[in-house]
Amino acid sequence: MGNPFQPLSKKDFDYGAAQHLLNRAGFGGTPAQVRALVELGLDGGVDYLVDFQGQRVADEGIDFKSDILRAQTPEEQEALRRARIEKDSETIARLERERQQRQTEDRAQIAAMKRWWLARMIESGRPLQEKLTLFWHGHFATGYRTIENSWHMLMQNGMLRSRCAGSFADLARGIVSDPAMLKYLDNDENRKVSPNENLARELLELFMLGEGNGYTERDIKEGARALTGRTFKGNEYFFDKAQHDGGGKQIMHRSGNFNGDELVSILLEQPACSRFIAFKLYRFFVNDAPGLTRDGAETIERMAKALRDGRYELRPALRALFRSQHFYALENRLAIVKSPSQLMVQTVRSLGTPVRSVDRLVEAGDLMGQELFQPPSVKGWPGGRSWINTATMFTRQNTAVYLVSGRTTRGPATGAPEPFDAMHLVEHLRTTTGTLDPGECVRSLASFALGGDPGHERITELEDYLGSIGATINNERVQALLCLISAMPEYQLC
Amino acid sequence: MFDAAFTRRLFLQRGCALASMAATVPCFIERSALGILGDPLLSSQPGVPDERILVIIQLGGGNDGLNTVIPFGDDEYYRARPQIGVRAPGAAALNSQPAALTLDANRGIGLHPNLEGLKTLYDEGVVSIVQGVGYPNPNRSHFTSMDIWQTGRLDAKGSGWIGRYFDNNCNGTPTPEAAIAIGRNAPLALEGDIQKAIAFENASLFRWNGQDLHPSLKEPYDRLNRAGAGAAPAHNEPETQKSFLLRTALDAQVSSDRIRSAVAKEPLVAYPGHGLAQQLKIIGAMIRDGMPTRVYYASMGGFDTHGGQVGTHGNLMRQFGDSILAFQRDLKQQHNDARVTTMVFSEFGRRVKQNASGGTDHGTAAPMFLVGPAVKPGVFANHPSLIDLDQGDLKYAIDFRSVYASVLEDWLKAPSEKILRGKFANPRLFSLKS
Repeated sequence: MGNPFQPLSKKDFDYGAAQHLLNRAGFGGTPAQVRALVELGLDGGVDYLVDFQGQRVADEGIDFKSDILRAQTPEEQEALRRARIEKDSETIARLERERQQRQTEDRAQIAAMKRWWLARMIESGRPLQEKLTLFWHGHFATGYRTIENSWHMLMQNGMLRSRCAGSFADLARGIVSDPAMLKYLDNDENRKVSPNENLARELLELFMLGEGNGYTERDIKEGARALTGRTFKGNEYFFDKAQHDGGGKQIMHRSGNFNGDELVSILLEQPACSRFIAFKLYRFFVNDAPGLTRDGAETIERMAKALRDGRYELRPALRALFRSQHFYALENRLAIVKSPSQLMVQTVRSLGTPVRSVDRLVEAGDLMGQELFQPPSVKGWPGGRSWINTATMFTRQNTAVYLVSGRTTRGPATGAPEPFDAMHLVEHLRTTTGTLDPGECVRSLASFALGGDPGHERITELEDYLGSIGATINNERVQALLCLISAMPEYQLC
Repeated sequence: MFDAAFTRRLFLQRGCALASMAATVPCFIERSALGILGDPLLSSQPGVPDERILVIIQLGGGNDGLNTVIPFGDDEYYRARPQIGVRAPGAAALNSQPAALTLDANRGIGLHPNLEGLKTLYDEGVVSIVQGVGYPNPNRSHFTSMDIWQTGRLDAKGSGWIGRYFDNNCNGTPTPEAAIAIGRNAPLALEGDIQKAIAFENASLFRWNGQDLHPSLKEPYDRLNRAGAGAAPAHNEPETQKSFLLRTALDAQVSSDRIRSAVAKEPLVAYPGHGLAQQLKIIGAMIRDGMPTRVYYASMGGFDTHGGQVGTHGNLMRQFGDSILAFQRDLKQQHNDARVTTMVFSEFGRRVKQNASGGTDHGTAAPMFLVGPAVKPGVFANHPSLIDLDQGDLKYAIDFRSVYASVLEDWLKAPSEKILRGKFANPRLFSLKS
């Protein structure tokens, strides 16, 4: 057996392979972009996506407020204290009203942040950066509703984005100093006299080692002691020395007066850590069907080694993965169920539809089960087949109809929808005499939009449909075909 | 032409056959086949499924419990609410608000005057009112408190309690159509780790919109989505992603057909035209159609009555009472009433004292209602004291998870401790022999 982690032979990096790479390491691209990637070749194409620092970044011109949920000023605290003593219900009620107003404003801000992030995924010239940020958001899952502070969510999002392709060690260190996470997993209440194990438990179980991978309850207990005192003040991380337990601890067969950073270092040294991260990356980028093939297991093992040998630097491991034979193997083509974000962003980025309303897309994402800044639990989004059920299937199909045609669930849009020029998807098929062969257009559209040939029967169905509405290709007919193709169950895969 | 029609019919037949394959048979049907649900009160109707159904009604915004179940025997109530308090039965109307309806004259407990519908059902012995339901360290944020009720956990984290009920029942395979919410999105309560709920505002929206763009799209769409999974995978082969998707797409078509045809039928009784009644009408239609759904979820909002609440709250009470009466009448006409219990809750009650704007602010404990022939009728637990308060709020008498425990154990026959992740005293709110 060959080594599945070996690079693909350069000549095999064809149109289908390039599209596969663009879908997985990003959110897809137009036929012209796929062709450009083929031109770059395997190494050039992978580098283009992975070394994204040089690419255009989406507009950073955002203006979010950092102080909506600022702590009470000493004056306000004093006013409240006095009002309580004097049973001054009017002042208490006023202060309560003001607090509620600030919360309302903060909820409006997190809604704006959701729109901002989704738009950024759609527009960014660094698709892998946004994709990795989404991956780490699901990995280090933190939910707004629990922490109720939009600025802390945005700070975390920025931290994850800036380290997304750097070293996993920096991500792990960042997350145990991140106010949103410290609040989400109650580490602000993890004190020497009464340790709270929440963060320590998830650090071992969900963030670094994986459930049941070679640690004991005692490691969690002692790990929690190491994390005592890590809290935040306002918007900043704060180490509260008085609450830190500096005593001796035994963690993963090592003894010492460990603190939180040392706990992270000990966990990074465990082979289970590199395997767990490689496994999660594999599920996200390569294949999320139940079960694992032998080549899959081998690939994960080699990725884990690459991470260990390279001080957890993610770029080299991802570069090797995206160049590997296994990544392009037939068993891994169309083997991932698109996340709701992937479905929407890829539809816009590959078909070139108008964005229409980001607000509506955010809403659709929520309905399809991926509310940004609100993963369902600390385990993140389970992904894969759990995205799909009879209800989300319709929402997915209807969201595609909306992007292609502007048609909403509540009926036709008011006013004319923004036009969508779909002809760019078939323009390259024009013959020298300027004509388009309908059969060729159908086959090309279907295999492009579906990321592969759906098979003879399905193509015949689409050809028959085109035949029934007219013999030539025009924009309206391409759109009608796209409505049908995006409603095919196969469209949910990438 | 004929060919096309034949093919279409064939697709539909194939669809039904495939949808009833073992993989998609809801586990609770197997359970009932084993006779676990055998109950003399049920299974009397030939052809009517025996499975019990739970309907949950959410009153969003924090319903004012003290103006819903009225402690008219307690003078403190009128001291705390001089303008908005509901007068004792028999008294003259105040601020154009009629006097309360009597529930229990000895205990001085009544119902809001506009809850005539609920009172009728109470008099028929199919309503259980549980007073003072809440939880420790109450949270007064709508958001968080609603999540606490929906997850059944004080940290408001994780899956929904009904979702966990299904997860616990079904060994790793979600059950299509097991839980249906009428609304834009499925409430957290119905979301399990495995089980996911179906939600639609209106059955006509539970379908593909593309067909509205041009009539020609419908038939090819149907053929592309009803192809089914094709050949079943060999025994030890895992199902491929593609065949999983084809199978789910087919399930979705079959569900959509079924739900839309169920809802298209005229109901046996007239329902009022407002929101909650229309939701319950849809639910009544699905129950009548014999759908395998075990839990339905309806909701009405507008209960956040901070100012000038008498008129607003009065309207909400009328809508609520009239809706539940119409629903119960519909179920009775269908001979399905014995299969259905309806549970009503809100995320919190309101402050005992009225505020300066003729309304009430966020509070704590409030009554819950259970409706259906299976419930133990009456008023349960004592009304929380209006004097012994916690920062101006009622102290709860019964933990809401105890009510859930009774619903789970006595009605749904499920192990409550596992689902609620803790032991909660079961107040025994059902009068079933089991």
